[in-house]
Amino acid sequence: MPEAMGFFTDTTVCIGCKACEVACKEWNQLPAENGGIRELSGDSYDNTRRLDGIHWRHVRFIEQFSGPYNGRWLMMSDVCKHCVQAGCIEVCPTGAIIRTEFDTVVIQSDVCNGCRACISACPFGVIDINAVAGTAQKCTLCYDRLKVGLEPACAKACPTDSIQFGPITELRARAQKRKDQLRAQGVEAQLYGADPQGPLGGLNSFYLLVDEPEVYGLPRNPKLPSRNLKQSTSFSVASAAVLGVLALVGLRKRRMDEQPPSLS
Amino acid sequence: MSDTFFSGAPHWRWLIILYFFVGGLAGGACFLAALLDWFGRPEDRPVVRTGYYVAAWGAIISGLLLTIDLGRPLRFWHMLFQSANLPALMFKGWSPISFGAWAILLFGLFSVLSALGAMAEEGRLQTPAFHLLHRGALAKLVVAVAGLLGFFVAGYTGILLSVTNRPIWADSPWLGALFVASGASTGAAALMLLAPGRGATPRSLEWLSSFDSNALVVELLVLVVFLVSLGSVNRVWVSVWGLLLLVGVVGFGILVPLGLHLKPARFGSLATRPVVNAAKLVLLGGFLLRLATILASEGIDRYRVAVGM
Repeated sequence: MPEAMGFFTDTTVCIGCKACEVACKEWNQLPAENGGIRELSGDSYDNTRRLDGIHWRHVRFIEQFSGPYNGRWLMMSDVCKHCVQAGCIEVCPTGAIIRTEFDTVVIQSDVCNGCRACISACPFGVIDINAVAGTAQKCTLCYDRLKVGLEPACAKACPTDSIQFGPITELRARAQKRKDQLRAQGVEAQLYGADPQGPLGGLNSFYLLVDEPEVYGLPRNPKLPSRNLKQSTSFSVASAAVLGVLALVGLRKRRMDEQPPSLS
Repeated sequence: MSDTFFSGAPHWRWLIILYFFVGGLAGGACFLAALLDWFGRPEDRPVVRTGYYVAAWGAIISGLLLTIDLGRPLRFWHMLFQSANLPALMFKGWSPISFGAWAILLFGLFSVLSALGAMAEEGRLQTPAFHLLHRGALAKLVVAVAGLLGFFVAGYTGILLSVTNRPIWADSPWLGALFVASGASTGAAALMLLAPGRGATPRSLEWLSSFDSNALVVELLVLVVFLVSLGSVNRVWVSVWGLLLLVGVVGFGILVPLGLHLKPARFGSLATRPVVNAAKLVLLGGFLLRLATILASEGIDRYRVAVGM
């Protein structure tokens, strides 16, 4: 079996060229939004805005400016995290979402029926409906390219190697080295999702960040949707039991009221 | 900030809101009908039969709403069978949407059987086989299963919302309990409105009214606990949905009907037909509860949260 493969995205070298977005769209033949007529966000240079069913890569622009000459740009090429414990796989009622031999997470478009449970289950807001297909879609980590020994289109296109593709163990070692290098230079660098003991068993697409995760639109502590299942079920059963008892008590009271009073 | 604010909205809108309402109402009505079937008196039979009709139609409408809402409606059966490995069943006990699909199917089956029994009882079906569905042990078993599945359908929709990563829904484990209570109150309200036309006696309606009051109190208590459990997430209610929850659900959907059940004289013109008016308001409140709960979360956009808007 092939080893686990994934992405390490070093956000410090991303230049926001969007080559990854274009390569992804081109390779996966994803349609244009709004018939190709771009609607500008109006509040950012980031006009793609979000990952969805037709944007499987999104270069996030984070504009941290307190004045015209005081601030910085942060850029991050965002994508499906291919979680080791994936919420989308957990909830999918059709079995359309599978884990591949590369430890990546893929939605089979011919099985998905567009119920959208996976969209709300993903803690990162990665998945959405592709209106053309009518099914939920997201990055496949170029499963078709991996099968024939090619690297994903986005990593191939990235001109600065911000997106690095390879075996997860190698990528983690490389990421740690890069983080140490930046820290030695005084940069507050941190890895997000690289720890296999961390949330969701680690992410097979992890990041090097220079600010807090929330700044990049990433949850600090992503969780599986099933965390609420037992408690929610217990409370529902308790509520049903209370109502059932109240109904029976009401019937008993009615019966008692109907009985004639005893002579004693 | 809760980590749920970084997830995406699943676009569960009007069809799903309607399904949650109809499914809860049908489930609650079926549970009450089964309870009266088992433990009630012969005079309760009109309410029992009405309950099974409401349940059967509710289950059928629920199935249709769910199917139409799918991105690929013709693939609805992928939730029940493994499409690439027929005839293997598709079932995930840990996924509410998976066991919910089976629950709706089975609820539909058993509630339709119960309704057929009710039709046979009314003399509308003459075939002897149908009489087995309203007399004897088999009939009792069928309606018991239908009633239990009904309460399950009423409540699992709340569990389904909790087992996500969306704001509000996943921030509290109390939504399932809230929807069970709401299903019970709306089920009773539907019976209070429809059963008189099928010959329900005043004593049956009195019991329904009394049960509805109890269900509304439980619903109010669970709603308070639900809101307390949300903690800082409650700021999302500073919106039109919060107003709807407070005025539409708590005010008109719970407190006013509770008052109409307990002290109708205080409610002026509404007191002319207190049971009917209370039932209509409970149905409105049940619908608005699901509307506010779903759309308040649907309106939270990950992109806008990320850029601080």
